[in-house]
Amino acid sequence: MEIWNRHFECMDREELRKVQGERLRETVERVYFNVPYYRQKMQEANLGPESIRTIDDLHKLPFTTKQDLRDNYPFGLFAVPMSEIVRVHASSGTTGKPTVVGYTRRDIATWSEVMARTLTCAGADRNDFIHIAYGYGLFTGGLGLHYGGEKIGASVIPVSGGNTMRQLQLLVDFGSTVLACTPSYALFIAEAIEEAKINRDDLKLRVGVFGAEPWTENMRREIEDKLRIKAIDIYGLSEVIGPGVASECLVQNGLHVNEDHFYPEIIDPKTLEVLPEGQIGELVFTTITKEGLPLIRYRTRDLTRLNYEKCRCGRTLVRMEKCLGRSDDMLIIRGVNLFPSQVESVLLEMSEIKPHYLLIVDRVNNLDTLELQVEVDEAFFMDKISQLESLRQKIQSNLESALGLGIKVNLVEPKTIERSEGKATRVIDRRKY
Amino acid sequence: MIIHQLSVFLENKSGRLTEVLEALGGENIRITALSVADTSEFGILRMIVSDPQKAREVLKSRQFTVNLTEVISIMAPNEAKYYAMVLKVMSDRDISIEYTYAFSVGDKSVIILRCSNTEEAIKALKEHEMELIRASDLYKI
Repeated sequence: MEIWNRHFECMDREELRKVQGERLRETVERVYFNVPYYRQKMQEANLGPESIRTIDDLHKLPFTTKQDLRDNYPFGLFAVPMSEIVRVHASSGTTGKPTVVGYTRRDIATWSEVMARTLTCAGADRNDFIHIAYGYGLFTGGLGLHYGGEKIGASVIPVSGGNTMRQLQLLVDFGSTVLACTPSYALFIAEAIEEAKINRDDLKLRVGVFGAEPWTENMRREIEDKLRIKAIDIYGLSEVIGPGVASECLVQNGLHVNEDHFYPEIIDPKTLEVLPEGQIGELVFTTITKEGLPLIRYRTRDLTRLNYEKCRCGRTLVRMEKCLGRSDDMLIIRGVNLFPSQVESVLLEMSEIKPHYLLIVDRVNNLDTLELQVEVDEAFFMDKISQLESLRQKIQSNLESALGLGIKVNLVEPKTIERSEGKATRVIDRRKY
Repeated sequence: MIIHQLSVFLENKSGRLTEVLEALGGENIRITALSVADTSEFGILRMIVSDPQKAREVLKSRQFTVNLTEVISIMAPNEAKYYAMVLKVMSDRDISIEYTYAFSVGDKSVIILRCSNTEEAIKALKEHEMELIRASDLYKI
């Protein structure tokens, strides 16, 4: 397995911490003197640039949130004059203003570097044809992959999204070997290939790099079966840089974080304390090389955990687990943290039911109660009460052992639970505080 | 001899049974027999109707979970001891009964049986010269 930048990707962890410390110190100094917002926040916390000496001092700094970016819309948090900015991207905010990010020439070079690592992680090289079906434009997906593909010397095909029939034709005619798009679009393409009765042997696809939205292991298996490729999970967010923040290698056991550029921490989203290694919490990034829009302890809202063990691929970069959900969704039931995505993954493992569910949290006699409504699948509807009852108990015991929480499962009629297109309501919390 | 019984999954919510019956009534589907098995949260409605296939489509189009289940039906004198005899024929052959219900028509009664092995059950009942009702006849009652 090839590694793009062996020096940093396989660096001794002690040495890496020194590099991270130095880079953090430079970043803090730059934001303190160039971004009034950061300076004010640091002064409020009685911190100066000299307070941050090593990476161990990071926890002293205040957090940054998406709201802070919105409050300083559009360019308020940029740390260089606009003359230094060579590119602007923006993420569509479903609520309120978009989040705007700016890149200097060096930031674009950094981005290309981490994307080159990402593609090399997925086994791609100069001999590959990379079909990019991520959107091009303000969204970072298309151009991020594009620059990384060119950096490794592959033949980049900038198809962008949409027009699936044309996508299929190009996949066949150009003999693309790498597919880059969102996992849901990969599935859509797989189905379109079946419908168009294209022979799989006419395609040369070998691997896919999929990200920009959460997806499950079941989805991965489905994509891998249908397209007969290896499906690699990539992670990024435009605020930090775009795609290229972290990527799976071919071992497919966690995503290597490019932590010589983006330093990750895991915090408890309620207490904001840094959690020990291995614990699930909210992922926080500090960019330690970015110039245009450096971010200090930016709260991603994504939930995951970190694994510092050296990977079989040889990389020493820390691995983050596939995202488990968003911290906004976290529930605390009788003191236990619970994410709806945990429930979903248990349901997805069971073939008898469809993962259409609703969690209802309530408080009876000062005790939290948890109820799950799950739809009975027509294909598995049985006419016997005892069979339905044992299905119900099976769901209940599978959930209880996975979540460590008592839960009451109720079977409900199909189509009674709202569908998950867009933002479906998965949780109703009736507790009053 | 195999009867197609309509089975419908119902949540225990008021008005659901009414919706089923109104939907079938609207399509002029008649109901010969009806039984409900329930737990505290959900129930299964089982019905013998005049046109099972059509009834299934009607309910499916209204988002109900529906299945057709194979049952058998026996015409017997309206006496408990005959019912007992029918059940004994089954137990003697180690055929288990998943559920059963009955209704009377004049001095006769119609017994509906759902068994673990429908073919075997029909064979056993025939050997004991029990009167099995044909689907087309039952749907007409």
